[in-house]
Amino acid sequence: MPATPTPFTPTRRTVLKGAAVGAAGVAGLPLLAACTGGSSGGGSSSKSTTLGSSASDPVPKAGVAAMVNGFEKKSGDTVTINTKSHNDFQNAINSYLQGSPDDAFTWFAGYRMRYYAAKGLVAPLDDVWDKLGADNFGKGIQQASTGEDGKKYFVPNYNYPWAFFYRKSLFQSKGYQVPTTWDDFTALCAQMKKDGLIPIAFGDKDGWPAMGTFDYLNMRLNGYQFHIDLMAHKESWNSKQVATVFDTWKSVLQYQDPQALGLTWQEVAQKIATQKAGMFLLGSFVTQQITDPKVKADMDFFEFPTVVEANGQDALEAPIDGFMLSKKGGDNGAANDLLEYFGTPEGQNLYSSKDPNQIETNLKADFSYLDALGKKAQQTIANAKYISQFLDRDALPAFANDVMIPSLQTFLKSGNFDTATVEKQAQQLYAQQ
Amino acid sequence: MSDNPTSVTVAPQTSQSLAPPAKRRRRLQRLTKRDKIVLGFMVGIPVLVELVLIWLPTVASVGLSFTKWNGLALGDIKSNGVGNYSYIFQNYPPFWPAVRHNILWLLFLAVIATPLGLLIAVLLDQRIRGSRIYQTVFFVPVMLSLALVGIIWELMYSPAQGFLDSVIGLFDHSKDAGQPGAIDWLGDPNINIWAALIAATWKHVGYIMILYLAGLKGVDPALKEAAAIDGANERQIFFRVVFPAMRPINIVVVVVTIIESLRAFDIVWIFNKGTNGLELMSALVVQNLIGEGQAIGIGSALAVVLLVVSLVPIVIYLTRTFGKDKQP
Repeated sequence: MPATPTPFTPTRRTVLKGAAVGAAGVAGLPLLAACTGGSSGGGSSSKSTTLGSSASDPVPKAGVAAMVNGFEKKSGDTVTINTKSHNDFQNAINSYLQGSPDDAFTWFAGYRMRYYAAKGLVAPLDDVWDKLGADNFGKGIQQASTGEDGKKYFVPNYNYPWAFFYRKSLFQSKGYQVPTTWDDFTALCAQMKKDGLIPIAFGDKDGWPAMGTFDYLNMRLNGYQFHIDLMAHKESWNSKQVATVFDTWKSVLQYQDPQALGLTWQEVAQKIATQKAGMFLLGSFVTQQITDPKVKADMDFFEFPTVVEANGQDALEAPIDGFMLSKKGGDNGAANDLLEYFGTPEGQNLYSSKDPNQIETNLKADFSYLDALGKKAQQTIANAKYISQFLDRDALPAFANDVMIPSLQTFLKSGNFDTATVEKQAQQLYAQQ
Repeated sequence: MSDNPTSVTVAPQTSQSLAPPAKRRRRLQRLTKRDKIVLGFMVGIPVLVELVLIWLPTVASVGLSFTKWNGLALGDIKSNGVGNYSYIFQNYPPFWPAVRHNILWLLFLAVIATPLGLLIAVLLDQRIRGSRIYQTVFFVPVMLSLALVGIIWELMYSPAQGFLDSVIGLFDHSKDAGQPGAIDWLGDPNINIWAALIAATWKHVGYIMILYLAGLKGVDPALKEAAAIDGANERQIFFRVVFPAMRPINIVVVVVTIIESLRAFDIVWIFNKGTNGLELMSALVVQNLIGEGQAIGIGSALAVVLLVVSLVPIVIYLTRTFGKDKQP
């Protein structure tokens, strides 16, 4: 029975995973005992630490290795890197943190960072941040590295922005202006439609890309704080604010690609490249799909337009990857030093020397490796007041995957978003936490 | 194989009542000991594997389906009564579409795919020229994994670069792949389930064909001749004589069809992860239990529902199989 799920499989996986974690835990005990011996509050004189890494692809793996080598040379400490495949690491994070985690580990900002911080499974990093200097990071990045209790729990490495991507030559030849307000935006859509273009390229076969449009409309209409509270389910989905988001979205559904539900973002990127479609809201990774260097140089982006004057364009969607310390790792001085190094321009330059696709977060880092579009993205991130992490990182993952994906797809095809049912589902799922 | 157990059970009795020579008894006992160890291993290991990998997780799944758990400490498992079940039945929009799609899957395979397989088997059984080649052609999809079948058909159906829409585009340019008018085989929720069913049929037909080809070869030609002598026409011979004579195969085919429709998963997962018109029970279980979307209580409840539904054909199949052994 190849790859066929039986009702038993998931539990079997969990059991095996549990056993594996247990075994790893037993093996790791002496090491950790050595690490944590007789120290408190990051003042240990230990010379060794461990880093759990989900950077399993060759390019990011080389980046992390370069950073770690730099740290070892500078401090004389030794770091053991335990790399696991990206998905496995992400899926096993619960049992990982609960068992015997490494001192430091790769993670990302958002709901689960704050959730584990609130559960006391990770260590606060205020000392590290004091040494790094908060001003060396954009306001949005600082905000995104902070837990619910106001302490910092996360050292950012890199991120990338979500914005409307388009071809400069198309806008020039048709005389289009980059819209900054919602009215300009809808007027531009109408004009593009008249010109025989698909105004808003859209691909949601995989379910998640539509989340970006929701995030932006919600942040522009109701503000960043409402968005984050809604993601944490401190606000109700069955509210006037959420209904307004979908009413606004509905007004431009007619301009979206009618085949959105049958297309992947990769296929949609080709519609932008071939100028069949006008603009495409996606992460800056969209340009990786465009192979022709001439077309790539012709790509540009603009930020999601202002919808309500009070909120302006203050929030930016830019998922951040970085590092955290487990509870035990917080007591290990070497681990604290390691994370500090990861946040310095020196450490981040070493990362970007191996992985030039990403935008480093320390403002003092050397950005000469970026192309023009990358530099613009870096500036946009640095200037953002608030940074959101995308719905599947900002909200409970089960809610994002099992509720929002089908609900948004239903909205795309019917124009209806059932706020009452979504609220009931949210109640049930968040109550399971 | 069947000799050894008999000698094992008989040995002590004979040794007591008849008191055979010591030499013979020792040989028997030695065999018995080894047999016991061998049998112990042969039965014990599978039983252990079955217990640990199947029964334990099954029981755990049923238990977890009545709880809510964040997946952290075991102490965080809290009772949720039948909350997870009322949630999936009342507040989980994809659940009932998934049930409908599973039923549709079963009906489609039973009414279209399986008879088609039978038809092809009957045609290929007619000693037509190149029969072997046709058999191979129809059987090739069966050898591919369902995931691969999904990938192949995804390439056929894609509205941006797909083969099907490209062919349609040759006749009607406005419907060419990549044009806004192209048929959205994968994204239109009214169409995509049929697209998935055709992909499933492509594989299922070959499977059924090979089963019936074997069955047809096993039917005694004398039966057909006798029917022909009695004046039956071709249709009557097939439906009144040949088809009933293939009863064991028919049962296997029915069970295979039911199981295929219950475990349908791979194709819709490749198409769009089982959302937007392609909801299936198995896909919902996976969405809720594995990976980012993990909600252990709810996923377990879905798995239990699927388990209960699956038990029906499994029980029928097992009683049929073991019942047949008893009455030769």
